[in-house]
Amino acid sequence: MGSTLFEKIWDQHSICDLGDGNELIYIDRIFLHERTGSIALKSLEERKVPIRNPNQVFATIDHIVDTFPGRGDKTLMPSGSDFIRSLRASVKGTKIHFFDIDDPNQGIVHVVSPEQGIALPGITYICPDSHTCSLGALGTLAWGVGSTECEHALATNTLIKKKPKLMKIMVDGILPLGVTSKDIILHLISQHGADGAKDHAIEFMGSVVENLEIESRLTLCNMAVEFGATTGIIAPDNKTISYLEGKAFSPEEDFNKAKHYWSELKTDQDAIFDKTITIDCSNITPYVTWGTNPQQAIPISHSIPFVDQIKNKNEKESMIRALEYMGLEQGQSINNQKIDAAFIGSCTNSRISDLRSAAKILKDKKIADNIRAICVPGSSQVKKQAEEEGLDRIFKSAGFEWRESGCSMCFFAGGESFGENQRVISTTNRNFENRQGKSTRTHLASPMTVAASAIAGKISDAKSIGIEQ
Amino acid sequence: MKSFKTFSGIAAPLIRVNIDTDAIIPSREIKTVSKKGLSGGLFAEWRYLSLESRKENPDFILNQDPFKKASILVTGNNFGCGSSREHAVWALSEWGIRAIIAPSYGSIFYSNCIKNGILPIVMDGRVISSMSEFIKDNPEENRLTVNLIKNEVSYSNEVIETFVIQKQDKEFLINGLDQIEQTLQKNSIISEFETLHKKTNPWLNAS
Repeated sequence: MGSTLFEKIWDQHSICDLGDGNELIYIDRIFLHERTGSIALKSLEERKVPIRNPNQVFATIDHIVDTFPGRGDKTLMPSGSDFIRSLRASVKGTKIHFFDIDDPNQGIVHVVSPEQGIALPGITYICPDSHTCSLGALGTLAWGVGSTECEHALATNTLIKKKPKLMKIMVDGILPLGVTSKDIILHLISQHGADGAKDHAIEFMGSVVENLEIESRLTLCNMAVEFGATTGIIAPDNKTISYLEGKAFSPEEDFNKAKHYWSELKTDQDAIFDKTITIDCSNITPYVTWGTNPQQAIPISHSIPFVDQIKNKNEKESMIRALEYMGLEQGQSINNQKIDAAFIGSCTNSRISDLRSAAKILKDKKIADNIRAICVPGSSQVKKQAEEEGLDRIFKSAGFEWRESGCSMCFFAGGESFGENQRVISTTNRNFENRQGKSTRTHLASPMTVAASAIAGKISDAKSIGIEQ
Repeated sequence: MKSFKTFSGIAAPLIRVNIDTDAIIPSREIKTVSKKGLSGGLFAEWRYLSLESRKENPDFILNQDPFKKASILVTGNNFGCGSSREHAVWALSEWGIRAIIAPSYGSIFYSNCIKNGILPIVMDGRVISSMSEFIKDNPEENRLTVNLIKNEVSYSNEVIETFVIQKQDKEFLINGLDQIEQTLQKNSIISEFETLHKKTNPWLNAS
């Protein structure tokens, strides 16, 4: 019997069996950010436990830092600068690779990581952040951990972990024009629930996945955690290899050796998964969430379900609560729902291809009156690239604010927010209650849908408002 | 870390599905680089009528007597989904929660519970429904007893429900051992592995 991609990487990193299904797993690379990395480093310092291999550790500032031009350590979030300064103080004098606020390579941890070749195929990789699963897109065995596990990994380069169950998701068919990997993952979560992949690591396979560019694969894997999965992974291929060639932390003289290893790294034909889901993308249309959990998502052309259609009592109550929070009615259409704001950014959709796809729609257009629209590039590199291509001018002349890179308004930490009851169409990953601010109503969608909706002033599919891609 | 084997406590039914860690502790309530001082932010958006005034919302279960003294939370599936913030567990623990009973958990949250001495019990939704009814009748009297040695939750003189927990998680909760110290004792086999691993995969060296 063959092995899956996940098992191959797992087994290659298993130091020993600890009994009861637990194994001691070697961790190759660790990435930290100021929000949760600061506490892990501080805690180890207080215990006087050294970091085992600081040169395998990376850190960036993304979560709390402001995104206004000319920003510094001081943040709109009260006490935000404590997190920034604490992380900076902890990494000072160590061999940790640090991307400080003014570093040209600073940015959102999961955007910087592939961009710099820090996440690589076949390695184990952790970060105290739930969206670490994004990096599975490169064939990296990457998952999010809490602070205590992060401390363990920093101190020992290992984690004690039980192998999760394995799920195969076959993504076949032909992806229609204007439909993105964001729509695929929202479709999956809406069909199978926010805990649909609970206790499983997912491998995304199939012709559609093979055809996706690396950045779109990152979006797909990014939301594996919203599907309840331990992580997501995609086998490395030629696209992965050419994407990584020449990146700052990619192998240099050993690149050919690595390349050879990576190109062999895939699930065997006869490998067995615990569960398989197959989807045909040919009929998927752009999705948007209507509720307060990513599973409460529908195609833009559909209506919000009726409460009576939901059988489970708890799910029904969750739906009633979500409708009330979102200020929506059961059975109403979501298309043309008036919005107050539009946000393009976050580790889900803030890479150069995301910005390009939004800019294509925004070119020579203006956003609707009374809409607040913000674009936050995922990294300083993405921002620079976008400016070189003139995308910033397109965003700005359309009426978007153009920001410095960071996590920004993906979540509200006490700094910037869209405001109470404001309806925001957003390229982010979580539409939880109060996630983007007190009583802020979040609708998750792809960058194209967000751009089209910003122009229309209401939730709109790019195609339906006559914008051809 | 406080270790535990068995205890009885007031249980608070907060039956909602997909309660995320943003709800357990909103990001804005994480104000310092510390694992302490977080209980005031627990369920802040639900618990207070206004975050500024901190005036309690009387409709929220943990503000009501006797649930104010609850040490067990009974809740819906996928509890603790979302952000990896361990602050959610630190806040629950500091507030006084020692065990949670739910049909399922966010996976990072589950690990975070074990590491911080909170017992995350997995139980069927139907069991949880009848348990909730029993608690609501008389929460002060109808306490739940959690026995980690026997993997049991009993909630009247007659009803005993068993649960499954990984052996190592159970031992960890009972003994409250320091995992970093334990793993550091394996340093020689880690080093041996590491040397070979880096030799086989020379491209892994980041420096």
